[in-house]
Amino acid sequence: MSIDLKMAWRNIWRHPRRAILTMAAIAFATVLLVFMLSWQFGSYDTMINAAVKVHTGHLQVQAAGYHEQQNMHLVVPDPVSVSRLLDDIPDVAAHTARATAFSLVSSHERTYGVAVRGIDPTKEAQVTTVGQVIRQGKYLSDDDAAQALVGGLLAKNLRVGVGDELVLLGQGRDGSIAATVVQVAGIFSYGQDELDRNVIYIPLPYFQEVYSMQGAVHEVVVLGTSLEAVPRIKRSVSAELKTIDKKNKLVVLDWMELMPGLIQSIQMDLISGFIMYLILIIVVAFSILNTFLMVIFERTREFGVFMALGTTPGRLTRLLLLESTTLTLLGTAMGIVAGSLVTWYFQVHGIVISGTSEMLQQYGLPERMYPQLSTLSIAVGAGLVLAITLAAALYPALKVRRLRPVEAMRAV
Amino acid sequence: MDIVKCTKVTKTYRQDTVVVRALSGASLSIQEGGFVAIAGPSGSGKTTLLNIIGGLDYADSGRVVVDGNVLTDMSQSALAHLRLHKVGFVFQAYNLIPVLSALENVEFVMLLQGVPPAERRERAKAILDDVGLGGMYDRRPAELSGGQQQRVAVARSIVSNPSIVLADEPTANLDSKTGASLLEIMQEMNEKKGVTFIFSTHDKMVMDYARRLIYLRDGRIVEDKIRNG
Repeated sequence: MSIDLKMAWRNIWRHPRRAILTMAAIAFATVLLVFMLSWQFGSYDTMINAAVKVHTGHLQVQAAGYHEQQNMHLVVPDPVSVSRLLDDIPDVAAHTARATAFSLVSSHERTYGVAVRGIDPTKEAQVTTVGQVIRQGKYLSDDDAAQALVGGLLAKNLRVGVGDELVLLGQGRDGSIAATVVQVAGIFSYGQDELDRNVIYIPLPYFQEVYSMQGAVHEVVVLGTSLEAVPRIKRSVSAELKTIDKKNKLVVLDWMELMPGLIQSIQMDLISGFIMYLILIIVVAFSILNTFLMVIFERTREFGVFMALGTTPGRLTRLLLLESTTLTLLGTAMGIVAGSLVTWYFQVHGIVISGTSEMLQQYGLPERMYPQLSTLSIAVGAGLVLAITLAAALYPALKVRRLRPVEAMRAV
Repeated sequence: MDIVKCTKVTKTYRQDTVVVRALSGASLSIQEGGFVAIAGPSGSGKTTLLNIIGGLDYADSGRVVVDGNVLTDMSQSALAHLRLHKVGFVFQAYNLIPVLSALENVEFVMLLQGVPPAERRERAKAILDDVGLGGMYDRRPAELSGGQQQRVAVARSIVSNPSIVLADEPTANLDSKTGASLLEIMQEMNEKKGVTFIFSTHDKMVMDYARRLIYLRDGRIVEDKIRNG
């Protein structure tokens, strides 16, 4: 070990209690940051996975412009070819086709405007959670025809129950009037008013018949094996689509494009989290600043001797920075180990936030949430603490440069 | 040859509203290989003169030349370089670096000079042996007596082969026996290595060891005599 490093190490331990307290403050900030960032990243994964399973899936193949205009004439004309193509892509876990039309729905007493969605009952249940949110009646089967699933709030507004009839009136793809009578097979509730108040599901073949779709659909919804696989799947699907879509009319949209609000709320959450973390680290940085200012005051005379011996101010600054860097690195290393252990424990066992499980379930979220320890959360957490505490130690180290040997050696 | 030459050096300190005139036009020359004591009562300007000769402080006016370097014209960093290579210091309060062992304290100056580690270690051990501290290499200053600490300080001051060693009241904190043995060590170094020693002191014993005695009063040299022939 060089003399410089020896001096730094021994100087740190001249006041063991102070050194331990300072390192503990740095370690505490690191633990908190590693855990909180892992918690945020973990909850984002859970939120995204829950959100994609409610409706959008990880990816969708649509006609260009459909997402913006929701125009029923913008269709995927040959969903069978798209399905075949998706079957051959390794990271695709499941996929289903869907069609949507905006129609009037009437009961004996009332009429509302709703989104009527044609779904493939078996495949839809593999991609989304619709099969799990039936509160009354039953889910659709592949043999069903004029059967419908109605949102809980809509059923309440229409004053209908399971077994009642509803009249659907809309416009077909070819411009004809689309009209039919369907029977309420089940009532679903996602806990999201927008869906529960405005959506009716009917079997896709029946939808295609009623709305004159000629075999076409509006979206082919894809669920990947994981969130990380999404960019890979998107690339593969985009490349493969060119073979069946010569006129380039189809596009692949991922969950970020389908739900821009979700990514914005994640960004907002990240920003507000970072502001909190910054405040926390600045508090810790002040403790470091205080420690090193104390060092300067206590050892002024010693620094005077260093200068008398011929130590240049630059070297003295380097010596002090070596001391503060060693202390900060030790604190951060302790924080990384402790933070990783704490996060890993909760990653295995999960955290139940008492009293919120019902609310979370409404949004399709599991009642137990898991932080996600990653190199990113460790690197960002520890890196932030390290950078800010080192910056705080810079001022006292530079202050030494202003000392003059004679005045410094007169200090008590 | 003159190793130190001071011409009409003045220095004034301001302590709050009080102006203290520490040196009022002091002039002196010291020859290479000298063993010189600057004596005088407290406040006579001894330490100030030593600090200016050692490049720790600037004179207000006058000219100071040490081993051919005009100190009054030099920058802070040039003075740091001069102190490192040309000047050794021994302080009244020893001023060793508390976290370093005796050996490391002596090595530190050579580290600053860029001497390779093996040579550094060898030279530090040899000089500690010379001052009678063989076997105490690894002791920290707190584990050494005052006399032993001052010997480490002497070893540190001469290990870098300086042109002059400036010793500010080196025996003030030592008993007379320890002080005498320290002076003998310094005398031996002066004779063996030819290093110039300049002391500030009001210790009679130090004055007795010196070959030249300069008296300072109110910032002026009032007497300058050669002793022992």
